[in-house]
Amino acid sequence: MNPLTQGAATVASPHAHGGNSVARCMLDVQLALTPATLFGFWLYGWPAFILWVGTIAACLFWEAVCLRLQGVGRVRETLFDGSAALTGWLLAMTLPPWAPWWLAVVGGFIAIVIGKQVFGGLGQNVFNPAMVARVALLVSFPLPMTAWISPLPLHALPAPELLDSLRIFLGAPIPDAMTSATWLGHAKTELMRGVDLLQVTGSDTAPPLPWTGLRAGSLGESSAVLLLAGGLYLIVRGVISWHAPLALLAGLALPALIGHSLDPARYLAPSVHLLGGGAMLGAFFIATDYVTSPNTRSGQLVFGFGIGLIAWIIRSWGGYPEGMGFAVLLMNALTPILDRFVKPRVLGRDRRGRPLDLPEREGT
Amino acid sequence: MRLTRLLKPFSGRDWGIHPDDHKRPAADAPLRVMPLPARLYLPVQQHLGGAARPTVVVGQKVRKGERIADAQGMVSAPIHAPTSGTVVAVTDITAPHPSGLSLPAIVIEADGDDVWGTLSPCPRPFELAPQTISERVYAAGIVGMGGAAFPAAVKLDGAARARVDTLVINGGECEPYLSCDDRQMRDFADEVVEGIRLMLRATGATSALVGIEDNKPEAIAAMRTAAAGHDCVRIRPVPARYPMGSEKQLVQVLTGVEVPAEGLPADIGVVVHNVGTARAVRAAVVEGKPLVSRLVTLNGNCMNAPGNVEVRLGTLAEDVIAFAGGLKGDGLGLARRVLGGPMMGLQVPHWRVPVVKGTSGILALDADEAAARQSHPCIRCGRCVQACPMGLLPLEMSARIRNDALTDAVDLGLKDCIACGCCAYVCPSRIPLVQYFVHAKGELSRQDRNRLRNEATKRLAQQRTDRLAREAREKAEAAARRRAEREAKAAAKTDTATAGESA
Amino acid sequence: MLAAVSSLALLGAALGLLLGAASRWLRVEGNPIVDELTDMMPGSNCGQCGFPGCGKAAEAIIDGTAPPTCCPPGGKPLAAAIAAKLGLTLDLTTVADEGPKVAVVAEELCIGCCRCSKVCPTDAIIGAAKQIHNVMRDACTGCSNCIEKCPTDALAMRPTPITLQHWVMPKPALHYRGMPCA
Repeated sequence: MNPLTQGAATVASPHAHGGNSVARCMLDVQLALTPATLFGFWLYGWPAFILWVGTIAACLFWEAVCLRLQGVGRVRETLFDGSAALTGWLLAMTLPPWAPWWLAVVGGFIAIVIGKQVFGGLGQNVFNPAMVARVALLVSFPLPMTAWISPLPLHALPAPELLDSLRIFLGAPIPDAMTSATWLGHAKTELMRGVDLLQVTGSDTAPPLPWTGLRAGSLGESSAVLLLAGGLYLIVRGVISWHAPLALLAGLALPALIGHSLDPARYLAPSVHLLGGGAMLGAFFIATDYVTSPNTRSGQLVFGFGIGLIAWIIRSWGGYPEGMGFAVLLMNALTPILDRFVKPRVLGRDRRGRPLDLPEREGT
Repeated sequence: MRLTRLLKPFSGRDWGIHPDDHKRPAADAPLRVMPLPARLYLPVQQHLGGAARPTVVVGQKVRKGERIADAQGMVSAPIHAPTSGTVVAVTDITAPHPSGLSLPAIVIEADGDDVWGTLSPCPRPFELAPQTISERVYAAGIVGMGGAAFPAAVKLDGAARARVDTLVINGGECEPYLSCDDRQMRDFADEVVEGIRLMLRATGATSALVGIEDNKPEAIAAMRTAAAGHDCVRIRPVPARYPMGSEKQLVQVLTGVEVPAEGLPADIGVVVHNVGTARAVRAAVVEGKPLVSRLVTLNGNCMNAPGNVEVRLGTLAEDVIAFAGGLKGDGLGLARRVLGGPMMGLQVPHWRVPVVKGTSGILALDADEAAARQSHPCIRCGRCVQACPMGLLPLEMSARIRNDALTDAVDLGLKDCIACGCCAYVCPSRIPLVQYFVHAKGELSRQDRNRLRNEATKRLAQQRTDRLAREAREKAEAAARRRAEREAKAAAKTDTATAGESA
Repeated sequence: MLAAVSSLALLGAALGLLLGAASRWLRVEGNPIVDELTDMMPGSNCGQCGFPGCGKAAEAIIDGTAPPTCCPPGGKPLAAAIAAKLGLTLDLTTVADEGPKVAVVAEELCIGCCRCSKVCPTDAIIGAAKQIHNVMRDACTGCSNCIEKCPTDALAMRPTPITLQHWVMPKPALHYRGMPCA
């Protein structure tokens, strides 16, 4: 257009780079997820592993389809930048570990196509793709999405072999003896039946204490301690900042503390809130999603606290036992607004963007 | 150390970056003085502001230190012959600039005698009036030696007028690879301190704070020794962090006061000069020598012998590299030629560009260092926001500029951007953020120029229309007048005729 | 049912009346976009477009009787700006535009006849009779009206030299993913 700007391939400074890359960030996050995931495989056996592979494969498949339809040149390179695989991994962490294949495929479709690509691909989506998929699946298919498995190592029944596991993945019914409720689900059902929480936690039917991780739930639910460790690794590596996770946990724990001290029969203890459900996964892996969280540290604090608070409200008063997914989506919707209003102060300007006043000086 | 690194993510506001500084071994190599090259190419524009006007003609003999181009305008600097010899041409040469465009330069063929013209040294410089000091600095053609090349005398005068109380001396040298200021302080600490004291006198400031990054312990020690006994010069180690050497950041770290946006450090009673400038000021005031040479760092993985070289202004980078040991494998593997530091330096198309007053480094970077990779979409990780020392939102600004919404980018603070490169350095998607900002700033000023030009054109067209109308009117009036005169004459004739008849 | 239908009908009628009244009372005289377009044009009224002045050309472009590319001094940038303003799609490759140009006098050929300076819309050509003329680069709009008036072919259009002060860093090329970015 402008002849003045036409020229040889001119490159501006800087002529150096820190070496960070998108693929490396994604790899670090995947590394941080690994311990919790392996623990989940041990807990729930082969079906969980097959589901994990299936979900990631589904996400990659849908990503490839989208890229092909858009006519993108280097499909392979974009496909393996790690983002689609990470979305699939995170989605797998939130599904019931013995979920059938079509949940994985439909979930991958919702996450990648509806959650990400229709917005314009990587970096353009408003909502966290994995959470979009999880919530859409939960609302559409409530039954298979709440078919939780009690941990195999605690079970009298033998763990399914690889072939049986494949059958389960392909839709074979799960034996009733295997199923169980999640901790939060159990508490919610009992509360709805009118049983107060003191009795629930005291009774024999209660699942074991949450912090060991030996309990029913998704991969990202049971191994809270390992997820916490993974999150701390990410913070130390500088991949994520501590602001959103800490604010989220605070937003969950503070109201829980107040509620529990006021009425322990009605409100769960903060420790249950923190270790149960998707709190840790949400705090360190979902709320820290680059694309859908605010850019500034202060914005991330508000964002995290909002998720925690909304999740607590849904858990305590809502119809669902767990509200992390909904809370994340609600705050995702607020992110552009947070980004608009929570901006860093420019050096030499006040918060409103006006130049700072000159200090009083002698002789001037 | 390990613990602080672990705790770093938990510490408070963290502007800037901590790049690998690549300063050693170049910083530790002893300073070399480059012998006189055969020809020197002196561009008339080596500073911010108006280009200098050549005062010599082709064939003229000049002596070392003789003025060969006059300053033009308020903000400008004269240029002096770096050696004795003959002016062989005033011609266009490739500018030390990424555009690869040319600019006029005075070419001097050295006669090898290298004799100074008449100098007017000043044995007792501290008895000079402040105004005289800055006049001598002006006459010596000294500009900011840190890279911005703003005429030093203009800054000294402005500071004296604004009655600053603090002189901040920038020995930060936060740019990776560069060590010429480090060398300056290690080898010429006494001269630097004397220059600082002269600048204190010229500006009327009461104290000088010399900020030196703590990765240069030798320079700090040398400067401390040199400054001992001069209470007005205080050496202040500052943490190594890029861009510590940026004016606003250094002032804030050293004085604790923020320079208001759209303002100058002088607004808060501070003026900032570089250590290299201080030494040049001393040479100009005490010895009467104009600025004809400077220290240049040669560095980069492709350089055979990294180190610092004292180079005459106008020497081609090619000659400097040849003197300093050449490139590894004769430039095989060379990915980028840079003048200045890697963070803010200028890419040049070839090495046949001259060293000018603001050239602090000549870098021969290999592909790994230059890190030229394909860019990917922004993932909004916000690292650029964290790194930006000005508190801007680089990702938002670049997105606006990509869609040509330049005014939106200005609203987000584009004018506050100092182009330090922190954002692009940390970007995992390797988006050339600085290029977006530099492009936008250039495009905005181009639009401003075009607007002014359009207005001028309209004014000229209007004036022409008015002129044509006026001319037509005047013509008509003149014709009418002549007709009237003619008629009057005719009438008079008949009158006199009748009068004659009647008489 | 009747109440709903009648209330809707009433509402429609009232709003229609309101709109009709508004269109009458708040009517804008003249087309405001003509002024905006005129402001964008070079403003030298050089007449190369075939219209008497930039204002008339702007009207013609809006009417559709002239293409947005009709202004040679404005060149491609102006054509693109007008097309963007009017929401037109434009094939800019057909526009012959080698960038901004200025008229330059070959001093050895100029005989000082003053014919060129008479047609210059901005009085950018200086020089009296029998004196070598010169073009003031800053004032020349590049309309090339003067070229054909010169009896000795001393005038030629040359591209405006790009100087260091006028150079603009190119916008980064969008090469990732080969995807259109807008």
